[in-house]
Order: sequence, then C-alpha cells, then structure tokens
Amino acid sequence: MYNGQTLTEKILSNASGRAVSPNDIVEVAVDLIGFHDLTGFHVIEIIENLSSGTPLNPEKLVIAFDHLVPPPDIRSAEIQRFVRDFAGKIKVLNFHDIGDGILHQILLERYVMPGYLVVGADSHTSTAGALGAFAQGMGATDVAATIITGRTWVSVPQPFKVVLRGSLKEWVTGKDVALEILKVFKADYFNGMSIEFYVENPSSFPMDYRATVANMGIEFNADSVLFIPDEETTNFLRVERGYEYRGKFLPDDNAEYVDEYTLELSKVDLLIAAPYSVDNVKSIRDVEGMEVDTVFIGSCTNGRLSDLEIAAKIMKGRKIRSRCVVIPASRKVFNKALELGYIQILVNAGCMVTFSTCGPCIGGHFGVAGPGEVVLSTSNRNFKGRMGSPDSKTYLSGPSVAAASAVLGRMAEPGDMP
Amino acid sequence: MIVEGTVIKLGDRIDTDLIIPAKYLKYTDHQYLAQHVLEPVDPEFSKKASKGVIVVAGKLFGMGSSREQAAIALKAAGVKMILAESFARIFFRNAINNGLPVMVCPNISNVVREGDYVSADLSSGEILIPERGITVRCKELPDIVIRIVDAGGLIEYLRKLGR
Ligand code: SF4
Repeated sequence: MYNGQTLTEKILSNASGRAVSPNDIVEVAVDLIGFHDLTGFHVIEIIENLSSGTPLNPEKLVIAFDHLVPPPDIRSAEIQRFVRDFAGKIKVLNFHDIGDGILHQILLERYVMPGYLVVGADSHTSTAGALGAFAQGMGATDVAATIITGRTWVSVPQPFKVVLRGSLKEWVTGKDVALEILKVFKADYFNGMSIEFYVENPSSFPMDYRATVANMGIEFNADSVLFIPDEETTNFLRVERGYEYRGKFLPDDNAEYVDEYTLELSKVDLLIAAPYSVDNVKSIRDVEGMEVDTVFIGSCTNGRLSDLEIAAKIMKGRKIRSRCVVIPASRKVFNKALELGYIQILVNAGCMVTFSTCGPCIGGHFGVAGPGEVVLSTSNRNFKGRMGSPDSKTYLSGPSVAAASAVLGRMAEPGDMP
Repeated sequence: MIVEGTVIKLGDRIDTDLIIPAKYLKYTDHQYLAQHVLEPVDPEFSKKASKGVIVVAGKLFGMGSSREQAAIALKAAGVKMILAESFARIFFRNAINNGLPVMVCPNISNVVREGDYVSADLSSGEILIPERGITVRCKELPDIVIRIVDAGGLIEYLRKLGR
C-alpha cells in the first residue's frame, strides 16, 4: 500500500523534487530567507568574502532590524549601516529598518505561506511553522550559501504528531501549552524530529498561540514545528493579507508518524519555567510569593496583540508594583494595540511601553537584569545570563501570569488579584 | 582523518549563551571571540584550550541560538574536536561549516575522563584511549562532511571546488 506523507515530507519532497523519507539528506529550494541586524552583518561578511559578483536572490530575502533597535551603541549603529548599505546595493525590497518589528513577527504577518521552506539566520525562525511552513534557523555560513544559491540541504526529520483537543481555560494561552509540552517531554526528546500539530477545533487555538508554540519549537530542540493548515490558517491569511488560500499542503490521511500525543487543552494550567532551563517547568504555586523585580512582556514569543490584550485586561485600573517593560513585536501590533486602547491602559498602570526591539530578551538593552534580580519574562529562554547578569534569575511565563505578577509585585496568577 | 588531543570535559546542555554570551556578538574577529569562549562556565577555559584540546560533553551541546560565533570561538580558542552525546542541530552544522569536527558519541561522558589523551578516526567513528586500552564508538561522519572539515570549513571547501 502507498504510505502517505506527513506535512513535513510533503514540503521537503516538493522542495527537493523527489519523494523523501525520514533521515534522507536532501538538497532543497528555499522560498524565503530571513536575517536581522545582529546575524546579518555576519552573513554579509561571508557573502562578500565568498562571492564577489555571484548573482544573489534578493527577491527571496527578508531583512528586519530588531536586535540592536534603536542602536544602543556606536558599534550597533555601524552594524546596521553596513547591513542597510548591503540591502540597498543588492536591491532588497523586503527590507525593514528599525521600528517595523521583530523579524519572525514580520515574516508571519507578511511573507510566510503554508508549505513554504523558510531558512533564517536566527534560531527562532521556527516561528514560521505556525502557518504550516517548514522553517529552520541556521548559522551565518549556511544562510549566506542559501542566499547565493537559493538552495540548502536538510536532514529529513522523524515526524511526530501532537493533537490539541478541546479548549483552554481562562487566562491559559499558547505559552502554557509550550511549557506543558516541555514539562512532559523535556528539552531533549524532540531532537531530530518534526512536530506536526493538529488542532481539532481550529478556532480554539488562534494564530497568536500557534506562533508562540512554533517559536518555542527550538526550545523543544525539534528540527521543525508545523501547524497543519486549517480554517484558522485560511482566516489569518484572509484577514491579515487579503489572500484567499486554497490549501494544498496537508498531510495524507494515512501519513505515518513515529508517535502521537494528545493534549487535552482544558487540563493545561498556568505554568512557569524556572532558571536556568526552559524545561524546568513549575506551577505558579511552587514560587508563590517570590518577589519580582522586573517584568518583561514582549519578544517574538509573546509580544503579539493577544498578549497585550491580556496584559491590558489585567492591568486596567490598577497600578503595577514591579517594574514592567512592554514591547509589541511589530509596528502593526503596536498600532492595533494603540487603536484598541491597550497601550493607554498599560501606560496608566505604570508600564514602560516601547517600539519593537529584542532589547531585554537577549540582555541587550531597554532593561538589562542586574545581579541578584528576579525577572519574569514572556520570552523564550532563561539560560544563565541570558537577560543580563549571570547572577540574575529569569522565569518565563505567559502574559497573564506576567501581568498579574507585575501588579502584585510577586509571582501570581490573575486569580490572586483582589 | 585522525584528530588527537587531551580531553576537557563539560556537562550536559552547554548552551550557546554559555559558549559565547550575546554581548560579544557584535564582532566576528576570531581572536576576540576565542578570549571569551565559555567565560560563564570557566573564565580560564580559553587559556586551558590554547594548547589544543578535545571537548567531551553530554547532551544537547550547543543548544539555543544560531550564533555561529559559538563554533568560531571554540575552534579559535584551540578546541580541535567536540565529542558529545547529542548536539543541537544548528550548532552541529555551524561547527562543520567552520571546520570544527563534531561527532555524536552515546554515553561518552561516562567513559572518557578529564585529561585522557584520545585519538579519533572521523571516518570509522572509532575513538581510542591508548593509555587505558579503551575504544569508544561514535557515529562516523559522511565523506562529504570530512572533506568540508578537512578544507577548513564550507567556505574554504566551496572555494576549492570553484578553482
Ligand atoms: S525577541 Fe529574543 S528570541 Fe526573539 S528574535 Fe529577538 S532576541 Fe531572539
């Protein structure tokens, strides 16, 4: 009998021009290539070192400045200038200078399509899997080579299926689902695998949540994470881009997965990841009462409209006790949040709200953690020193826990608020 | 291709923020990066590695970000090869692309000791510890990967082909 193909195999077969199976190493044509300022200068150094005069593929390239935005020092400004000049020289149309947004959010909002093969010089390129693309982060050399040739190679991962069943409880979001999966499987399990998410009731798990989970695909150490396109995907493309998608990238009914796991969404609780590992997952109750110095709501993981909406709901009419920095993931998100009044609420509550930047997420600028400080962040990594001092402690959570904790000045859930 | 050297051991999950913290990513100068490699783990690492060493580590070596500076810094500091129980995908590619041999060796942390002198055959995947008469099996590297490593990295390899 003909063995059906998974979505991963479909995309990689399409991109390589032959029927692939897990463990094959195949050369693939790439649909989209992304990089940002901080990896971009490195990519360009390699391109210029390798290819004087070789034709490049500027139409597939998306560049967005996010890591060094706005430049915190002279070297950062110099890096951006170098990348900006390159973009001008090879005529990159899809160039997003400071303020447009974080690369992964921009790719999602504007460029990624289901079935695409996406390569980016940043590990969180996995985010594009929310739309059913096969997306991998790679290093500067691989990305440079891809820009020059339009092609790269991938090892076909083992496909694993996760079914999301039912609906989430109030205040529980995509972040808690990502943390739940890390709690169950730990960060080692999915190494070498592609996780295909099938959402039984598409509207119960909206695109923002899918983006958070796919974003953290790299924290699962999965080779890729893909949400199987459904009505939610089609709706997103219609509403955000006015595009009518008639899906052809779906797994076959008899596709074979190495294993399958069903997650009852109603059973997922609000969770946090404690230092210094993303799979050190705990209940809020385990850290109850711990004082929080700084809360960060933002990043390519949780800086989307639904995150700001939740934060605004919780902070409305209240004042925060912790310091709190809020950073929308793109100008589009920022604008919508302005229109809807969320920004005003957050500002009134005492938050510092600023334009899109990675800033605090990598301990860059706009709120770097000092020695001994406790940070509660909606971003994706809590490695030692990730957000600043190696003697600081970063906890990760979804937006509702972050906002409630900012209000109370200690680790808390929305239900703890008076 | 044979790689030999004295072992420095590291644990599980040596992530890229530990290998080279984000504050150093605004530069690609190899010597600058080498000076700061693994600083949060052991500020003396760079000095210890300078004689040319082999790193033996546990699971998920290089997990985290795509920063290629992680592979560059290790190699520039004097690391000749990394043998680990598993690698993060991006780091594994970055290492090969920069001419730093890496091999997956199940259980190696339990067998190899700090200070052991080892000799690794990349094509057979066999690691010898002559002094203790022990052999460890790793996953051998495909020919193409050995050719890239041997050339000094992907760019050098492509240059050679172009000629
Ligand atoms: S927000 Fe953080 S994780 Fe996302 S791209 Fe920026 S630095 Fe990386």
